[in-house]
Amino acid sequence: MRLGPSGRAGVFAALILLCAAPGRMRAAGQWAAPPPSSALSIPASVLLQPEELNHLLQTPTAEKPLIEKPLILQVGSHVLFAQAHIPRAEYAGPGSQDAGAQILRNRVASLPRKTFIVLYCGCCPWNRCPNVGPAYKLLLDMGFTRVKVLYLADNFGDDWVNKGFPVESAH
Amino acid sequence: MRVHTRSGRVALKVPRPASRLPRAPIAIRRAILVAFLVASFTMATAQSAPPAQNLLNKPAPDFTRQDLHGHALHLAAFRGKVVLLNFWATWCAPCQVEMPVFAAWQRQYSPQGFAIIGISMDDDAAAARRLVQRLKLDYPVAMGDARLGLRYGGVLGLPLSYLIDRNGVVRARFQGETDVKSMENQMRALLAEPSQKK
Repeated sequence: MRLGPSGRAGVFAALILLCAAPGRMRAAGQWAAPPPSSALSIPASVLLQPEELNHLLQTPTAEKPLIEKPLILQVGSHVLFAQAHIPRAEYAGPGSQDAGAQILRNRVASLPRKTFIVLYCGCCPWNRCPNVGPAYKLLLDMGFTRVKVLYLADNFGDDWVNKGFPVESAH
Repeated sequence: MRVHTRSGRVALKVPRPASRLPRAPIAIRRAILVAFLVASFTMATAQSAPPAQNLLNKPAPDFTRQDLHGHALHLAAFRGKVVLLNFWATWCAPCQVEMPVFAAWQRQYSPQGFAIIGISMDDDAAAARRLVQRLKLDYPVAMGDARLGLRYGGVLGLPLSYLIDRNGVVRARFQGETDVKSMENQMRALLAEPSQKK
């Protein structure tokens, strides 16, 4: 696609504005928050709503043996996991940190790449969550083809616990 | 003990312990099993955090911690002050927007009896310490854990803050990205209230 002189000027102006924005925040005396997380980069097609996952977990295997139970991995902080987590979920380290990514990598390394995996965090509002995006990308890069991400709009407390869905505590 | 059955086969009979009670009728055993399953399910779901709203207008759960400088931090010692108890973490972007604002409040309102306590829900104290230094926070910060989180209704999403009045009663709860102006107004209203403490 070719841009005319006015188009090039518009792109240039947009770049200037983007570069200047963090500086303006600091000039106003406010800490420049970390950039919006990569959760927004996760395709909508792989998002799983809390009601869907709960239904999946509640369906008895004996009744519908073809329904596969996923491996559920929590990729947030352990302090949050220890308070409450989805039954059978495993702590897999905060996806935004190197140490967390290593825990996740080790956990899934030997699994078949067709394993049904559900990731979740719920530490912060979805558009602020730093963990699910990197964790999702890591699994894709490792070749996993059946990865879903639980969509928690606000946080795990509001969008799972307070809806009455089952939880376990590691504490 | 080896015994012979009527069919002539040999079977091993294990003697019952003398203390063993006679077996209950099957209906009772089924009832016990159902009760056990119901209790197990109830316990599994009851492990969820209690609804956070339950804390409103109730005494704030007391706790003692060491802050990041190694000083004792006892909530009850803040009685007589309006306290903003702020749960945060280094990976929480909205938390990092709020905290410098809180630090400014601490400087502005502490002469009127306002105090802030930060509780980091990070797994790693070193990361929390680095951010506290970077943001130049001058209010006490301690590390939290699951036990403390559960006492405060479950800290299952950040940021989360509680406003505690001069009498140690929880008066407001703020979950998620919060309008700090509204929070400041509520804090100022609490500062205007008298303390019952003599």
